[in-house]
Amino acid sequence: MARHALGRLLHLVLVLWVVASLTFVMFRLMPGDPTLNFLSPTFSEETRAALLKSFGLDKSLWQQYIIYMGNLLRGELGMSFLQGRSVVAILLDALPNTLLLTVVSLTIAYAFGVVAGAFLAFRRGSVVEAAAIPAALATRAAPEFWLGMLVLAGLAFQAGWFPTGGALSPGREIDNFADRVISGDFWWHLALPALTLTLYLQGLPLLLMRATMLEVLNDEFIVMARMKGLSRWAIVMRHAARNALLPVVTAFALGLGASVGGNVVVETVFAWPGIGRVLVQAVQSADYPLAQGAFLLIAFVLVTMNTVADLVYAALDPRVAVGARR
Amino acid sequence: MRRSTRGWQSVRGVKPIWRLLRAEPFAAVGALIYAVIIVVAVLADRLAPYQPHAILKIGKRVARYAPISAANLLGTTSSGRDVLSQLIYGTRAALAVGVTAAVVVVAIGTLLGLLSGYLGGWTDRGVTWFADVVLGLPFLPTMLVLAALTHPGTDIVIFTVAALLWPNTARVIRAQVLSLRERAWVEAARVTGCSTARIMFVHVLPQVLPLAALYGSVAIGWAILAEASASFLGFGDPDTISWGVMLQEAYANQALSRGAWNWFAPPGAAIMAMVLAGFLVSRGSEKLLFPKLADQ
Repeated sequence: MARHALGRLLHLVLVLWVVASLTFVMFRLMPGDPTLNFLSPTFSEETRAALLKSFGLDKSLWQQYIIYMGNLLRGELGMSFLQGRSVVAILLDALPNTLLLTVVSLTIAYAFGVVAGAFLAFRRGSVVEAAAIPAALATRAAPEFWLGMLVLAGLAFQAGWFPTGGALSPGREIDNFADRVISGDFWWHLALPALTLTLYLQGLPLLLMRATMLEVLNDEFIVMARMKGLSRWAIVMRHAARNALLPVVTAFALGLGASVGGNVVVETVFAWPGIGRVLVQAVQSADYPLAQGAFLLIAFVLVTMNTVADLVYAALDPRVAVGARR
Repeated sequence: MRRSTRGWQSVRGVKPIWRLLRAEPFAAVGALIYAVIIVVAVLADRLAPYQPHAILKIGKRVARYAPISAANLLGTTSSGRDVLSQLIYGTRAALAVGVTAAVVVVAIGTLLGLLSGYLGGWTDRGVTWFADVVLGLPFLPTMLVLAALTHPGTDIVIFTVAALLWPNTARVIRAQVLSLRERAWVEAARVTGCSTARIMFVHVLPQVLPLAALYGSVAIGWAILAEASASFLGFGDPDTISWGVMLQEAYANQALSRGAWNWFAPPGAAIMAMVLAGFLVSRGSEKLLFPKLADQ
């Protein structure tokens, strides 16, 4: 187990390095003078000179790469053109909003999906099952931003129950994140983006739970439990569900990593001030240092959560780690 | 050719297609949706009541935000264009992006899965590692950054789908090849002196093609969703009429606050139907390809 974990961590570091390098290549191979892409014409002469030096933009590509990696290791991502603030500060402001949105939606979606999926496996062959599966597939097939548009038009514009965007009502400013989280206004704004994301995310755990439940219900220990005379409900909930949860837990960890980047469209529809919206705005306004920083953060969260999912799976199912060692 | 036909029969049994479809209502519904979309795309010029870019007028004034009526079955846009006509022409863009991207991504995934599964060793390790790196690139953000650094357009969408989504197909094909290469007929081919390349491409490949097609039908859906998201965020091809561009225009022109459901509901529903068709076809045919799963 420890050896498996160590191997995965080493792998994680390697993948992170390759992803960071690919990002470097992507942002330098663009057409035009890359120097101009990282230095806003609005910066003062001194700022330009200082940035030019700290990013080594006057040096060869190889030297730039080494400086880039050095900066990255020290958590130095440069200055945003448009906001004139450090990229790290902007990202740190946005990250809690994205994490909160993601964690709230994923938790509700998975809690619902697991219970509903187990129920569908229990009621196999029923009318409910026949209707629920296409419905779950349909929510996964709908474009995420379109679900958001329907929710926004119906519940915010038409019914007027919820605000139409942002994280706080106009005129309200709460700088401290902790104070924001305890304000009702913030949660009122979170409701619709979270609902949209939940609608979009619940299909996967539901279908996964149902499929693994059906698989587990065929196992020998279930036959054994049935022979002992346990009730069908007790078998499903106490014996089968626990074992079927394994892939769902892994999917949760993977979903957490993917959502931080995948929230891009939902955050845009609801003007939710998270990382995804920062990336979209940076990209649309050619704010390359900010775009690069946001992209790196999203990618790092994704890669890290992929590894976490792997480790969780190995911890829950010892057969995986044994298989890896073989 | 005969060999590949036999490959199909060995996995799905010898039944006429219509009987298979009747036995698998999921696959039948999916196939029906595909059929409707293809017919609409081919006949778009005849079916559409107006030119999709034509600006309609009532008297001398441009017919903006017209509600549903006999003249405009789905109303008009903020610039006075017929929604239904745009929806009909949108099938062409959807099919073009979906099919092109699906073919490319499945071709790459199948090739790499076949090589890594059959050759094993360093090839296998290399491909698996490569896939791990690719899975570390977030899909939408990568597409956005690539489009922003080069140009907005469908080619970037197709490139991103192909470059980032092949690991899904490759993993499944690899697993299948791992089991196929231990079969007696592969051994027989090897003994009769077939080259490795010949065994891989002439004997093993036809056996995994049905599975690849299955993943292709799902990939069509991912590609259409990718195109829609890119268009919505402003990185689609502004000159084509696609469902994604329609939704972006609706969102940007107050369709939501005006409650113009007739404008923004249909394009999303069309995307959903087409993506769902891919899911249904693959789910239905999964049972045909792997009857063991269906028993459970």
